[in-house]
Amino acid sequence: MNGGTQSTARLTRKGSSMRITGLIRKEFLQIVRDPSSIAIAFLMPFILLLLFGYGVSLDAEHVPVAFVVEQPDADTASLVGSFMASPYFSPMVFWSLPDAIDAMGARRANAIVHVRPDFGRLIHTPAGAPIQVILEGTDANTSRLILGYIEGAVQTWLSQQSMVNAQPLPASIDLRPRIWFNPDVRSRNFLVPGLVAVIMTLIGALLTSMVVAREWERGTMEGLAVTPVKIKEILLGKLIPYFVLGMGGMTLAICMAYFLFQVPLRGSLWLLIALSALFLLVALGMGLLISIVARNQFVAGQVAIIVTFLPAFLLSGFIFDIASMPVAVQIITHIVAARYYVAILQTLFLAGNIWDVLFPNAAALLVMAVVFLGISMRKFHKRLE
Amino acid sequence: MWQRIIALVKKEFLALLKDKKSRVVLIGPPIIQLLVFGYAATYDLNRVPLAIYNEDQGQLARDLLARFRLSPTFHQTATVTHDAQIAPLIEGKQALALIHIGPTFSRDLSKGVPAPLQVIVDGRNSNTAMIALNYIQSIVDAFNQEWRNSQGFSAPRAYLVTRAWFNPNLESRWFIVPGIVGLLTLVVTMLVTALSVAREREQGTFDQLLVTPMRPMEIVVGKALPGFIIGFFEATVIILVTIFWFRVPFLGHLATLYTGLFLFLLSAIGVGLMISSIAVTQQQGLLGAFLFLVPSIILSGFTTPIANMPQAVQYLTYINPLAYFMIVVREVFLQGAPFMSLTHQFWPMAAIGIAALSAAGWLFRHRMY
Repeated sequence: MNGGTQSTARLTRKGSSMRITGLIRKEFLQIVRDPSSIAIAFLMPFILLLLFGYGVSLDAEHVPVAFVVEQPDADTASLVGSFMASPYFSPMVFWSLPDAIDAMGARRANAIVHVRPDFGRLIHTPAGAPIQVILEGTDANTSRLILGYIEGAVQTWLSQQSMVNAQPLPASIDLRPRIWFNPDVRSRNFLVPGLVAVIMTLIGALLTSMVVAREWERGTMEGLAVTPVKIKEILLGKLIPYFVLGMGGMTLAICMAYFLFQVPLRGSLWLLIALSALFLLVALGMGLLISIVARNQFVAGQVAIIVTFLPAFLLSGFIFDIASMPVAVQIITHIVAARYYVAILQTLFLAGNIWDVLFPNAAALLVMAVVFLGISMRKFHKRLE
Repeated sequence: MWQRIIALVKKEFLALLKDKKSRVVLIGPPIIQLLVFGYAATYDLNRVPLAIYNEDQGQLARDLLARFRLSPTFHQTATVTHDAQIAPLIEGKQALALIHIGPTFSRDLSKGVPAPLQVIVDGRNSNTAMIALNYIQSIVDAFNQEWRNSQGFSAPRAYLVTRAWFNPNLESRWFIVPGIVGLLTLVVTMLVTALSVAREREQGTFDQLLVTPMRPMEIVVGKALPGFIIGFFEATVIILVTIFWFRVPFLGHLATLYTGLFLFLLSAIGVGLMISSIAVTQQQGLLGAFLFLVPSIILSGFTTPIANMPQAVQYLTYINPLAYFMIVVREVFLQGAPFMSLTHQFWPMAAIGIAALSAAGWLFRHRMY
């Protein structure tokens, strides 16, 4: 009796693994027949990382600045000269303000620096000389950056001037900034790990969002339902092949980040792989859930477009700082899985194995994986009945 | 001919809106996303978590710290008393920046010796780090200025008088939210078009459509019109929210904006239908939609200026309809750009649209499976 139950159990277990293997083989055949899944896993990260890694930069250089000098003299000449020497600017000199305004209107200049005729006199009075700066404010972020550059250039020029006049500036605070984790301030170092997170969100969801809906739509799900295959086995049969494919894409993305874009990897590689696998599970789970709830590929595709890219792009802290968002929006960002993965990637790549950051984010990912896969299983169950 | 097209349009609308889930997906999320993204997408920092490490009991150090505490940008989250506390604070993200005032700070300044102020910033997001550092710099500059004045300093002096056109307070929301109008309009268009032909191909109904007396161009028009109608409707709602909810100033003419919108929809729908007609399965259509959507948004100048991109990538933006529409929306909103000044944005969108729609029509007949 006892031995009989054991052998039945062994038989079911063997049957189960056999059924899963069969399903996996079927899924792999489908993948090979419609190579768009392979393209999603490998072509997409390749193209997108290449494009973004080179295309996206927040560092402005050679900003076209229109200089208006109404009465040239030694002071204005040296001021313009100090702008010329800076790599941030490519200055153009005009003799009247309307000309410069025309240039800015024609988008040939981003800012105007206007030096009034009495500049040379006022600069030696206690009140000081005004330098008028007009910014093309449409792009507020760039304008602010440019204003910072102009302020810096003017400050540098002023301290040089007082050296020339043999009258050193009185002692003041000497700001000594240090940027940890990214001392050269390469924006690529934080953009590339963020991009890996965005791209992996897309890949995970794209790979699985169609696969269950496709079976419903084509009627093959009914065929599966009459076989002894269990729901858990169908889900595993869907999850495992795309997990393997997704990890392949992930490896490609991480290799590109490290070798091509030279982002330093200061944390442990094994930790990076383990946490990436966890995130991939969340992304695949989200795709599965979409597929199960939507039930047809058209709606599943639409939902995938809406819930993956833009939220991962804008709400993950990849570009926009989450702490500066209004509290209500900050709460919403908690349901964006990419948010946790961005924090993990930026920390593992740039800072190292810092458990204070890794642990809570990994825990959040684990919860999301359990929730997505759990709901998928329950919803799937109901539909089958 | 029009009768046939109208019949097809009716059928397309039924296919799109018959399914309740599809209706919800098309109408709800874009509006919700505009609200969420409109508030989320800003480069302006506030409540920057700041740690303070003050080893100086002097008055000058207290004055400097008061400036940081009064600033709405910073929010003190930690007080450090010895060096070993610094690393865990920054690494664990409890503080984005730390300012360290050494024991001799006030004494140095009073004696006329430059006083070092050490600042540590978390550079994991270097953009945020640089913005925070700029805020710190300006607080220190203001302090220095007053300190020099109090010392009766009289070297050459100049100060900036700044004016920003179109956006006097340099609010990044004014720049970002009109951009989101373009983003969401593109997403909605992709939702409507990118899978529509692919679905019919997969289900075999497209072959039936091809054997009807409809010409490919009629099919193109019939497939494109629902996209136009839904795109116009949603874009209008989004534009209204931008003006009346986010209060972004609208200085231009609606006619100019809608000319741009029409041409943008033409090009986006064209590309969407083209992707859809190349795809044989809906999964391929979805892949195509993403391979178009993601680069067009990244290379549109939405978050990072096109001028900062390398030249080769800038060439790519010439075939990106969203890059043109971004300029149209932003300039019509903030600058009140007149119609004629935007012709260089209008014609490329029209050209992309016509080329893509013709390609889609050709592919209908020639890509058979």
